[in-house]
Amino acid sequence: MAPPANRRSSYSRRAQYTTFLSYSAGVLGAVVGLGLVVVSLVNPDFFSPLRGLAADATEPASQAAASGRTFGHDVVANVTGFFHTGSEDARIRRELAEAKVRLVEAEATKAENQRLKGLLGIGDDDAKPVAFSRLTASTGASTRRYATLGAGRDKGVVTGMPVRSPMGLVGRVLEVGASSSRVLLITDSESLVPVRRASDGVPAFAQGASDGTLRIRLINLGLNPLKKGDVLVTSGSGGLYRPGTPMAIVTELLRDGAIARVLSNPSDTDYVMVERAWAPPPPPPAATTAAKKPGKP
Amino acid sequence: MALRSGHGHSQPRRSINRAPSPLLAHSVPWLTIMLGSLAPSWLMIASAPVMPPLGYLVFLAWHQLRPGLMPIWAGLPLGLFDDLFSGQPFGCAVLLWSLSSIVIDIVETRIPWRHFLIEWLVANGLIVTYILLCLVFANFGGADAPLRVIVPQIVISVLSYPLVGRFVALADRFRLKPLLVGR
Repeated sequence: MAPPANRRSSYSRRAQYTTFLSYSAGVLGAVVGLGLVVVSLVNPDFFSPLRGLAADATEPASQAAASGRTFGHDVVANVTGFFHTGSEDARIRRELAEAKVRLVEAEATKAENQRLKGLLGIGDDDAKPVAFSRLTASTGASTRRYATLGAGRDKGVVTGMPVRSPMGLVGRVLEVGASSSRVLLITDSESLVPVRRASDGVPAFAQGASDGTLRIRLINLGLNPLKKGDVLVTSGSGGLYRPGTPMAIVTELLRDGAIARVLSNPSDTDYVMVERAWAPPPPPPAATTAAKKPGKP
Repeated sequence: MALRSGHGHSQPRRSINRAPSPLLAHSVPWLTIMLGSLAPSWLMIASAPVMPPLGYLVFLAWHQLRPGLMPIWAGLPLGLFDDLFSGQPFGCAVLLWSLSSIVIDIVETRIPWRHFLIEWLVANGLIVTYILLCLVFANFGGADAPLRVIVPQIVISVLSYPLVGRFVALADRFRLKPLLVGR
């Protein structure tokens, strides 16, 4: 191989220094990057205020992009509807899909109500949504699944609130900015949601597989009772996610669980609602002696 | 003035009495890279990693189209901007973009006469390495994504790089358009 034609070095001291300095700056950039990576791996929340500021600053543009996306989506839906059986058909099918999910949701709520009737003294939990907003952006180029929500502290959003669409659970709020917040989608591999089968309440965990599907892990090992087409709803155990929110449909069985498809595909979702984080009902009042105990000391 | 500018049509670069705006000439590469960082997050609410890392692709394309236009330290500020929106652990892009700058510079020094195939191979090697390392960093940061998750993203990125190159060439022509009245 011929010796490399070194274009940069010359007899000029000034040119040599410039070359040296630019390379040093490049290496310095890499070192700074390594430092930032280490800091963010040790303390993932360290840069969240900075990200919040950036998301707030790009919020108007993101909202415009979201409108454009919805418009494009509508155009595509209308055109395909026309080529199938007209736009009317597209609308009816959309409504039917929503109604099916509603039906499953109602069944789950009925079962939940029956269960709760056994317990006394449970106040009405506040089921009113905190905010309605759009998912304005998402990390489409990363293996992490975050989305940006167009509502933040200004709408009363707080970290940990679950986010859902009419079709089902979307994720939960991770970081809150002034006018936007960061949502961990349920398909992220760090998201773990307690679920149960809508029909009979077989408990399981739904973990994101980061490829758009969910990995269902059963809590009771042994025979796998799941079947293709089973609908899973959130069970609410441990709090956070309100029980009975539709979540996924089983598509493929595995030895110790299943692969499930998310019911509310975030790319089809226009508006989502932020709900109050759900707190499980307090345990039934204990015997009087036990109840007096905390007052003693 | 109309008579004078009538002469310049045969030469697109240098019309008489017209010069490219220095503001555009310097800012367009940086702005297009920043736009590339933002675009994947806007195009769709993705439930799987399917968008190519456009910011990085535009960054590579500018380096290959105009070697020496971006300083070697450009990865630091541009990577910082990308990290704000990419969802990766913060600092991932700063580190990888700075290293890519240095690698591209070394390749350029070693292989001064290169052609399309070599450029394409270098770019694709860097893109695949970048996406793989991003997965590794994300997994260090708490995720647990298997390797098969990024296969579609790698394919889409490799296929879209020539298109990004065309876009950058277009932006370069716009950047050097003679707009200002010369002195």
